[in-house]
Amino acid sequence: MTEKTFDTPSASSSFSVNKAADRPTASGLAPNWLRNWRTPEVLLRLLSPIALLLLWELASRFGLIPQRIIAAPSQIGDTLWAMIVSGELGKHLLVSLQRALLGLSIGVSIGVVAALITGLSKRGEVILDSPMQMLRTIPSLALVPLFILWFGIGEFTKIALIVTGTTFPVYLNLFSGIRNIDPKLIEAANTLGLNRRELIWHVILPGSLPSFFVGLRYSLGISWLALVFVEQINTTAGIGFLASDARDFMRTDVIVICLLIYSVLGLLIDGLIRTLERFALAWRPSFVRN
Amino acid sequence: MSTLAAKHLQSDAPVQLRNVVRQFGQQRVIDGLDLDIAPGEFVALLGASGSGKTTLLRSLAGLDSIDSGQLLVPKARAAVFQEPRLMPWKRAWKNVILGLRVPDAKERAVQALTEVGLAHRLEAYPATLSGGEAQRVALARGLVREPKLLLLDEPFAALDALTRIKMHRLIIELWRKHTPAVLLVTHDVDEAILLADRVIVLANGKIAEQLTIDLPRSRDTGQDGFQAIRARLLSLLGVEVETAAVAERQTTVRRFAHA
Repeated sequence: MTEKTFDTPSASSSFSVNKAADRPTASGLAPNWLRNWRTPEVLLRLLSPIALLLLWELASRFGLIPQRIIAAPSQIGDTLWAMIVSGELGKHLLVSLQRALLGLSIGVSIGVVAALITGLSKRGEVILDSPMQMLRTIPSLALVPLFILWFGIGEFTKIALIVTGTTFPVYLNLFSGIRNIDPKLIEAANTLGLNRRELIWHVILPGSLPSFFVGLRYSLGISWLALVFVEQINTTAGIGFLASDARDFMRTDVIVICLLIYSVLGLLIDGLIRTLERFALAWRPSFVRN
Repeated sequence: MSTLAAKHLQSDAPVQLRNVVRQFGQQRVIDGLDLDIAPGEFVALLGASGSGKTTLLRSLAGLDSIDSGQLLVPKARAAVFQEPRLMPWKRAWKNVILGLRVPDAKERAVQALTEVGLAHRLEAYPATLSGGEAQRVALARGLVREPKLLLLDEPFAALDALTRIKMHRLIIELWRKHTPAVLLVTHDVDEAILLADRVIVLANGKIAEQLTIDLPRSRDTGQDGFQAIRARLLSLLGVEVETAAVAERQTTVRRFAHA
């Protein structure tokens, strides 16, 4: 048996890299512009959705997917165009947006006021926090029967449900934002001689703004969810009404359009909040570096 | 004692402490402390962890109360801590004038930031400042209030060695210009000797020892007498150093003096 050695050439103590410089050479079959061609990332990203749409369209054309299950993309496109041109879509969209924004603004306002009361004063916390904590555990949609008995099935109930859904995320996040401000900053403010009003205005409110935005994002999502729900109970206008009406006529194309509208609006409003954050929280390291 | 204290309080020293006690539960963190700081005096406070340094500084800054004794501090005082404690949502100059109620606030901010060498960073958010820059903004924020007493709680501890040297020069320069009384809390014996007129060693909530540093400025650690003071302070803080080298150095000096 021969003696084994573990001495391999690669077992040297240094590590070296030797790369040739990446220089374009003139000799080549393809022209320069073709060799330097880079497919834009956007196109690559769009590739799979487009393929999926094509498959869907083909399957519908050949009768693999009946219209009762879901309409063909081309048909959805046609219907969408027709609804835009006739103004029908715009009308319903406006109603839905008004509901969502009205409910959201009332809900967020209540949440902010409550969080300021409980966050900024000990007494406020004692008085207001426990009822808020109790109320927040009730799913707002479970209030529907009670609200219908109280306020009927009109607009008021719909808005009220969106309000109850959107109040608590803002309340909880802003409250914890106020309470979690770095005590060292508050101490610094005290040594600088800030009075209570200045402390709230210059330190506590700007410091809790990031938490407020987190709450606002949650509230937006919830307002959308509540909107979908309330617009399917006894309404004559709104995207939700459009969808439930389409169900009765088995118009799968209209239902898909409604879904699309919800998602596009959700994205748009999220983008709006992001822009707001970019301005209001320009001091944050993540924004500062960009 | 009380009459003596009352008589002493008549003096012009901006900081006067008589028999000050601060206790948390049964533990007396400050235990009958007497201390005067003269106008424009630079005092460094040394002590092991838990010796009551920070508690004393917080009492002087008005962030903590005392349990008994007499404490006199000027209203015009400013504090700089180990962390800059700048409001992240305010630009540098807005941080400097926070809580300052004067009409020409912006001009004063510009002036103060220029003094600390940050005229080009007026509009910067704290997140974009380096550690040394942020600490200089904190210093400007303190000095813009024209304090009679400047409290420094290990303000250079979190900085790198090179930045610290620059900050030492800056602090001396600003101290000479604005002439506040300064109380510097530090762990760094060299820093205390380099900067202070007087070094106080705190132990068990009392002044264990004070040394007047009469080395000529501007000082450096290689200066004659520096190492002797250093060894003395370190031994007071419970760190024994190789004294042979120091002794030899001193005999050399003495020999020169005789010759």
